[in-house]
Amino acid sequence: MKQDVFMLGGQEFQSRFILGSGKYNVELIQAAVENAGAQIITLAVRRANSMGEGNIMDFIPEGVTLLPNTSGARNAEEAVRIARLSRELGCGNFVKVEIMRDSKYLLPDNQETVKAADLLTKEGFVVLPYMYPDLNTARDLVNAGAAAVMPLAAPIGSNKGLATREFIKILIDEIELPVIVDAGIGRPSQACEVMEMGAAAVMANTAIATAGNIPQMASAFRKAIEAGREAYLSGLGRVRESGGEASSPLTGFLRD
Amino acid sequence: MKINGVQKEYSEGLTVSEMLIKEGFQKERVAVELNEEIVPKDDYETIVLRAADVVEVVSFMGGGSK
Repeated sequence: MKQDVFMLGGQEFQSRFILGSGKYNVELIQAAVENAGAQIITLAVRRANSMGEGNIMDFIPEGVTLLPNTSGARNAEEAVRIARLSRELGCGNFVKVEIMRDSKYLLPDNQETVKAADLLTKEGFVVLPYMYPDLNTARDLVNAGAAAVMPLAAPIGSNKGLATREFIKILIDEIELPVIVDAGIGRPSQACEVMEMGAAAVMANTAIATAGNIPQMASAFRKAIEAGREAYLSGLGRVRESGGEASSPLTGFLRD
Repeated sequence: MKINGVQKEYSEGLTVSEMLIKEGFQKERVAVELNEEIVPKDDYETIVLRAADVVEVVSFMGGGSK
């Protein structure tokens, strides 16, 4: 089988599982990353705590690509400001643009996201925009120079699964960039399903962070994502609209 | 000056680098914004803070979204 490489922002990855690092103890990060087989991990930028509190950077295994997000930004200007700070923290030029005005459902603001993507690609960032799965916005993001699109499956942190399935499918069919399904994926089976549909990768955080056993769930997701990818590459078997079709020969030798 | 939203009474003439030490920040783990402009790490020793300055000191923390 030929090697299946995931290209993102000019870098090669083998893993198609992007792991979030929020909502759980930093001491579990290493085990989660290892069990997930993840090569990319998302981080947030916040006001620093003084007095030598455990820094998350001490817990992330070496060689993992950091994907800072702009969470907390309410418009493009704030997202740009957070992105610049994240780059100044010295961990590369990947940025996940996240802009939310709505604090109840935490839905991304597509318009501001396009604006931010445009500004940030001009500053040399590899821009991965979190978005509501809308084809027109996705096309605008392509034009803005984004490196991928990251449509939500359901509201962030909800674990509700593929509420936007049909619209994600449209993006997969129509957009040349990698489609990374982000937010709302609650179970390995849902991660598997989007990978079968042809998503390039899956990002998950809450599904892992709120699981009974975090490293074990990371491992379950890894397997599901790999299985879904392999199924996509192999081409799913066809669906028969009605009736059945035997897969064993029906030669009725007992009656001959 | 204001550091991460808190008013601090430091005498004028403090460099960014001195402020980080006094406040207990790990220099290599933070990024600094002075009046909404990023301060490059190379300038920490030379840039002097004024009473009216607004300083933000940020670092990475766990986050998926929001």
